[in-house]
Amino acid sequence: MAEFPTEFRYLATHEWAKLDGEVVVVGISDHAQDALGDVVYVELPEVGATFAAGDEAAVVESVKAASDIFAPVSGSVVEVNVALEDEPELVNDSAYVDGWFFKLSADNPAELEDLLSAEGYRQVCESEEH
Amino acid sequence: MGKRTPLFHRHEGLGAKIVDFGGWDMPIHYGSQIEEHHAVRGNAGVFDVSHMTVVEFHGDRVTEYLERLLANDIKRVKLPGQAMYSAMLNASGGVIDDLIVYATGNPCLAVVNCATRDKDLAWLNEVASAFAIQIVEREDLAILAVQGPNAIDHVKSVATSCQSKDIESLKLFQGCWSDNWFIARTGYTGEKGLEILLPENDVVAFWDALLEAGVSPIGLGARDTLRLEAGMNLYGSDMDESVTPLESNMASTVFLEGRDFIGADALRELEARGSYAELVGLVMRGKGVLRAHYPVFSQGEAVGEITSGAYSPTLQMGIALARVSQVSSDMAVEIRGRMQAVDCVTPPFVRNGKPTYKPLN
Repeated sequence: MAEFPTEFRYLATHEWAKLDGEVVVVGISDHAQDALGDVVYVELPEVGATFAAGDEAAVVESVKAASDIFAPVSGSVVEVNVALEDEPELVNDSAYVDGWFFKLSADNPAELEDLLSAEGYRQVCESEEH
Repeated sequence: MGKRTPLFHRHEGLGAKIVDFGGWDMPIHYGSQIEEHHAVRGNAGVFDVSHMTVVEFHGDRVTEYLERLLANDIKRVKLPGQAMYSAMLNASGGVIDDLIVYATGNPCLAVVNCATRDKDLAWLNEVASAFAIQIVEREDLAILAVQGPNAIDHVKSVATSCQSKDIESLKLFQGCWSDNWFIARTGYTGEKGLEILLPENDVVAFWDALLEAGVSPIGLGARDTLRLEAGMNLYGSDMDESVTPLESNMASTVFLEGRDFIGADALRELEARGSYAELVGLVMRGKGVLRAHYPVFSQGEAVGEITSGAYSPTLQMGIALARVSQVSSDMAVEIRGRMQAVDCVTPPFVRNGKPTYKPLN
């Protein structure tokens, strides 16, 4: 069964977001990595790029498909996970820790409150399966 | 619920992700498609391909029938039971399906694709009437492909002694009936291995024995990346009724001289005209994944599209088959609005675990 840790917020499009000090860390959920299958390439944004909430910010490519990754909140990219360049499989092996994608300096961290809770996101995943 | 092979509950028990494949519930992977791919290149894997359609051609005029039906020439086959890969064409030269025929005499054995089963059987029967051939579908047979550098040794270790001896005597691409199983040195991976047609009642025990011997179960996902690395076409992606085998990197399976197979005249006209698209290999220079339907450019001009693309686990880069009207040393693929440089190559990309592709220019 997929994990839905409660310390994260989620998008219905399967990204997770977590406030870590001053920045928002972004990745994809355990449910998403399981549905995608083996991840083989991640196209990351440039450090310094700015996004509005809901903008396409990255692309994850698995053996099955290419999927857009959306910015969960507005802000500018302060760091990307360069380890994914050589080890994209980290997204499968550690979706919530080592497999993070990028960190945003959020324009308004309160935007996080608009995102889904773990329970709300779990219900989205269950409804997709039916 | 789709149709199920006798191994469906084995797949479920192994934790397979099950997907619909041409109306069948089939395993796409058992956890990691990439690990399965490497298992075949490095050791041995077993694929349940019982969804594919096995047919027999019964009748005295089976050679005449195959001469009319197939673009490849059954008279060129020398060994008993030897496999011949061919397209069967419509009158305009379009590919109705690709198939493997095993020259087993009368009846002659063939394997066609699953997704095209109904139209194939209709076509086989239509052509058969003039040659008094009976088409018999062998739904009682399951099919396992066992592929990889150690595949044949693993099969011999669990087969009967008679089957082991027969396997040792088989040449590459040859098959034979042995203790009620049809065993052939053919495959869809570019590795050594066997394809085995066996009674449904035998298949579960054989599957279990292979896994016990150290053979890995492989899903249809890895089957696709393995066949693409091996430069082998997938019907419905790389060719269909709208293209000829000449435009599908299958010219080596077409024998026109002195032949009168269905579609031959259309191919002769195409050859006389001289210019037609070709199916080539592409490898990506930078990081990323090539996928079906991405547009392909040569010297800045749109020249075609990718028909099959994937990330190659063996080469660790994007590879593809593409149908293009022109090749050059300046080729690119458009991925999400950006041009990415690719090299045009001659498939296969990988054979027996090693890179084999060569630049086209």
